[in-house]
Amino acid sequence: MLTRRPPGVSSRLRAQDLADEALAGLLQRPGRSVLTMLGTVLGIGGFVAIVGLSQTANGQIGSAFSRLEATEVTVTDTAASHSKVPVLDFPPDADALTKAINGVVAAGVWWTVTAKHGPVSARPPGVPPDGLRLTVTAATPDALAASGATLRAGVLFNQFHQDHSQNVAVVAASAAAQLGLNSLADQPAIFIGGRPFTVIGILSGDQRLPQLSLGVIVPEKTALRIWGPPDHDSPAQMMIHTRLGAAPVVADQVPVALRPTDPLAFTASAPANGSELGQEVASSLNTLLLALAGIALIVGMIGIANTTLVAVLERRSEIGLRRAIGARPVHIAAQFLTESTALGLFGGLIGASLGVVTVLAVTVLHHWTAVLAPGLVLAAPAAGAVIGLLAGLYPALRASAVEPAEALR
Amino acid sequence: MMARGQAAATEAPAVIRLSGAACTYPGPPPVRALKPADLVIGRGEHVAITGPSGSGKSTLLNLIGLLDRPTAGTVEIDGLDVGGSPERRRAAVRALRIGFVFQAFHLLPHRTALENVMLAQVYAGGSRRGRLAAALAALTQVGLGERAGSLPSALSGGERQRVAIARALLNQPSLLLCDEPTGNLDSATTAEISGLLEGLHSSGTTLLVITHNPAVAQRAQRRITISDGYLSEQHDRQACPQDGAHRAHA
Repeated sequence: MLTRRPPGVSSRLRAQDLADEALAGLLQRPGRSVLTMLGTVLGIGGFVAIVGLSQTANGQIGSAFSRLEATEVTVTDTAASHSKVPVLDFPPDADALTKAINGVVAAGVWWTVTAKHGPVSARPPGVPPDGLRLTVTAATPDALAASGATLRAGVLFNQFHQDHSQNVAVVAASAAAQLGLNSLADQPAIFIGGRPFTVIGILSGDQRLPQLSLGVIVPEKTALRIWGPPDHDSPAQMMIHTRLGAAPVVADQVPVALRPTDPLAFTASAPANGSELGQEVASSLNTLLLALAGIALIVGMIGIANTTLVAVLERRSEIGLRRAIGARPVHIAAQFLTESTALGLFGGLIGASLGVVTVLAVTVLHHWTAVLAPGLVLAAPAAGAVIGLLAGLYPALRASAVEPAEALR
Repeated sequence: MMARGQAAATEAPAVIRLSGAACTYPGPPPVRALKPADLVIGRGEHVAITGPSGSGKSTLLNLIGLLDRPTAGTVEIDGLDVGGSPERRRAAVRALRIGFVFQAFHLLPHRTALENVMLAQVYAGGSRRGRLAAALAALTQVGLGERAGSLPSALSGGERQRVAIARALLNQPSLLLCDEPTGNLDSATTAEISGLLEGLHSSGTTLLVITHNPAVAQRAQRRITISDGYLSEQHDRQACPQDGAHRAHA
């Protein structure tokens, strides 16, 4: 009988019993628990709503200002830039392969011809004055479409010119003025290093490739036939115009589509999301609002601490009884800490829910797209729990220090 | 086994053994609440401790109930020297070997009678399974099986004390420690509760009752009086099986 229980055994408190006891402690005064949670609800809800609304607003500003760059992907021939000899890694059907990717509007290969192509002139070789040093760019018809080239006169070269490597050229407006080309009515020719090219169009500008509006553009196959593949210091690139929002996904897929055996030969870059300008505009207002939410959180924390401390004082005889039936000071502390942590957690859950609802309501009202970081929504209840835990530290310490003999008197 | 050896002088092994146990509360001025006392209570005994207010009854109860530590001497429960043990071990002894019954009942007001009884196993380290059945059995043992779902506020004083006794009995403790168990009850209910305690004693429970009430004290086998921190046992009714085995003196 005496040794039926090992004498060195220590009293225990199972996690489930702890949870039961803490929950019962909270539910014995439900009204007070709800009121205590209010500060945490407001603080956490405010945080979620403010951050969510500013993210959403940033998303709207970003999409307005960066519609152009958000639909652009640039693919660089990385392997070629490390190569000693000029090489073109893009396959002949690169444009078609890329266009097959979902979300691509237009895509084309282009490069700046840096080989010695000679001066550009509107007169045959030997006829003064000497030609001009103009930039010659090789581009596929699709590259011109993808880059958003606009014409002042004539037409862009098309797939026929490309397929048959025709000696045709499109001249930028500034270059046309330098060359003295005013009208295309008499099908003027220019000479690049003495080779004749028919000018079929004059560019007025280009949305994505400003460098095109400085020189002369010839079909890619023509450039390849005459001057060979691009040099390593100016490797071929691909300009892709995507649908709105598709750029990052397309950028992931293009290298594999172009060269399944060696996707690392290409580097595809999509613009980073978000607009720094928009964030800066919103941040000063946000700082103020976040400070207010932070104050609400601190008030909520003090509220939990206060209520828990009052509960400790009210429940002295309960603490004494628990000690008498085998609770150790750490068990008492654990119970009050669990109660305050649960208050914070529930407050955080309710607050996060209300915050999300607020963001959604505002978004629906403005016909915006809600942008809310999932991490934020998930972290909010955890933050509430941490606040509850911190708030419970001092009351729990007080509770664990209650002398059972005095508390039971 | 070791404990049995130590208690070889008695027929039943001692549930409580105080050896020179004293308690002095630090001052200034220091209060010698309990003078060095020797007390042995054997298994199955029914002992009453009486004395005027401020005589040291509560101090003695707190020492035996491991709610306080002696400043001198030793306190043994079931042969375990627990006077200087770490708190985790003392808490385990309280949970498993001592059942407390208080004057103020100390029931949790928002829990039913059954839940109040079940509380006794929360810190005892047992499994959660079977707790409900054990609590119901304990309530039935004190005659309250029908009121298991009632809140304390719906129970009479006598019924509340029965719930508290059921809670104290749940872990089948070596000792039932009752501090003025009838102090808040009228005389009819007092008789009912002391009858219940006597019944528990006759079924083998070791009882230590601290009381003001002479009628309650009369029911005990041994009556110990405490006065100014000194213990003295009245031998007007022969209850000790062996001379010198169960003694209490200053």
